[in-house]
Amino acid sequence: MIKKIFKYVVFELIRSRIVWAYAVFLLLSTLGLFYLGQNSSKTVISILNIILFIIPLVSIIFGTIHLYNSKEFIEFLLTQPVDRKTVYWSEYFGLACVFSFVFTICTGIPVLIFNFSFTSIYLITSGIILTFVFISLAFLSSVINNDKVKGIGLSIILWLYFAIIFDGLIMSVFYLFRDYPLEKIIIFLTSLNPVDLSRVMVILQTDVSAMMGFSGATIQNYMGSFTGKVYAFAILILWILIPSYISYKIFSRKNF
Amino acid sequence: MKKNSLKILKKYFCFICLLSALCILGFNFASAKIITVCSDCEIKTIKEALALSLDGDVIVIKEGYYKENNLLVDKSIKITGENKVVIDLEFVNQGFVIKKENVTVSNLEIRNINVNYIQDLSAIRVEYTRGCTIENNKIYNSFFAVYLAESKDCIIRNNIIKGDAKSESSSGNGIHLWNCSNILIEKNETSGHRDGIYLEFLKNSKLNGNYSHNNLRYGMHFMFSDSNAYTKNVFRENGAGVAVMYTKYTEMRENRFEDNWGPASYGILMKDISNSIIMRNTFYKNTTAVYLEGSDMLQITANNFIENGWAMKILGNSLNNTIISNNFEGNTFDVSSNSTRNENVYQWNYWDKYEGYDMNKDDIGDVSYRPVSLYSMLIEKIPESIILLRSLITDILDVTEKVLPVFIPETLVDNSPRMIKYKYD
Repeated sequence: MIKKIFKYVVFELIRSRIVWAYAVFLLLSTLGLFYLGQNSSKTVISILNIILFIIPLVSIIFGTIHLYNSKEFIEFLLTQPVDRKTVYWSEYFGLACVFSFVFTICTGIPVLIFNFSFTSIYLITSGIILTFVFISLAFLSSVINNDKVKGIGLSIILWLYFAIIFDGLIMSVFYLFRDYPLEKIIIFLTSLNPVDLSRVMVILQTDVSAMMGFSGATIQNYMGSFTGKVYAFAILILWILIPSYISYKIFSRKNF
Repeated sequence: MKKNSLKILKKYFCFICLLSALCILGFNFASAKIITVCSDCEIKTIKEALALSLDGDVIVIKEGYYKENNLLVDKSIKITGENKVVIDLEFVNQGFVIKKENVTVSNLEIRNINVNYIQDLSAIRVEYTRGCTIENNKIYNSFFAVYLAESKDCIIRNNIIKGDAKSESSSGNGIHLWNCSNILIEKNETSGHRDGIYLEFLKNSKLNGNYSHNNLRYGMHFMFSDSNAYTKNVFRENGAGVAVMYTKYTEMRENRFEDNWGPASYGILMKDISNSIIMRNTFYKNTTAVYLEGSDMLQITANNFIENGWAMKILGNSLNNTIISNNFEGNTFDVSSNSTRNENVYQWNYWDKYEGYDMNKDDIGDVSYRPVSLYSMLIEKIPESIILLRSLITDILDVTEKVLPVFIPETLVDNSPRMIKYKYD
């Protein structure tokens, strides 16, 4: 049953103009950056900026709106002998898979063609993970708000928080506690934000990491090691699982 | 009659004097002989040849493999190799020790110099003398390779020096000069040492066209070495780049500082350098291209800064430097400083991050450019904030600071930034 609903969700999304616009935007910006920049490893860093900025934004906003828009479809499905688990997870995976697929095709493959390296692989992995994370958050915010406007508002605030406000807070923490050794705290703090975590993981792969000086070297020691990578990956997976599971729990008890 | 005989006697005396003078001269000419060393020759070892030689002789070493060490040169002679002459020191003692003026050592291959923590064992060591020439040699596996102490008027040219340095504490320098003057160091290649070229108390000397790469610590390192000129040298992939200290009146032109990339690497680190000219150099892919600490009155003109992490880090104690007509392209940070004051002049530079316009088409931007970004200031103050590199907040901070400068030094500004790149090649 999950397959069937998954298929309907995917077909519906493929017909959506926004998904196509997203695909065209990703493809054009990736190719454009590669054609304009001479140095392909620096271009990968510029693409990282797009990934960290655009993917969370589009995933969370579109995800929230999508769930509100398919409210009638979901309600209709729930009148049939289908359990909520199936409906929820097929909606979730349908959306996340389509977005990851679009990203992989439009950004991932060009990046791999122009610059086949470990950095690129990290970049693509983190892009896919971020898609999943922010769709989880989108579902969470639309499930806890019955009002569409409130839900979208919460999503925008969440995006703002992860993309900008969190870093501002980190900066003020650094400033306030600048007399103390902060290296270990940095690692803890970055774990609290999937965007930061994936940015740091990609940057540590590039040669920009040499610029990070002493604190960079300490971070490299922790995060660059195998255990560090496993830790970061596990944290990112938790960032997918926890919001999506909480929203599933709420969804399964919700009155429609 | 008596008078006459006296006259004849006088004549004879003069003649004899002349003859003997000629004899002495002639004898001397004959003594400038060529001594040949080879395995089938009469003289089989270099040591023997050195013992037999007199001032002005030439020792020609024929092709072969010589296991010798501690070769003291205390006569003004020329030592030269034919074809491939290998002198293997077998990790005992040192190679040539030159203690007389006007000695030439050329076309030799010297190998395997021992690491010693008490003596600076070297392949060719020149002490307290003048006028030596060290040319076309290959020195492999060296601890120190060419070592000059208290010497003058020497030439070190076309040598290839390759070390096998494993750690900084157990390795020596490729070309090491201490308290020398008027030396020409030209077209040498040094690699695999602690410092490729190390100069201390060197005066009035020239270094041209040397290539120093893959050394553990510095490609070139000098201290207290005034009035030297460095031209067309290449320093590439050295552990920490080039570091120069406590020096006045230096000229650096058309050198390349490349690929010195690492947490503590610099294109060139200048500490207490003053009254010097840095012109037409290229800094490419260094973590920090130019680092100035306590350096005054430098003319940094017409250089290329391309794809460095920091193009320039200028500490607050560096005053009265002029940074004019340089190209800044693709650097993560153009200029950073730890001070909120600026005592240096920036003018007519090309900055690729410049976003101004040029209404009167004179190639000079009409709006001034501030090369220091707020984020780079922040990193100087709180190094941990580097973790936010390439995050959105830093861009936002930089933009707001650009619109309303509050924190960055008010006078650190290029009032006439150039619109198009200069072509220096």
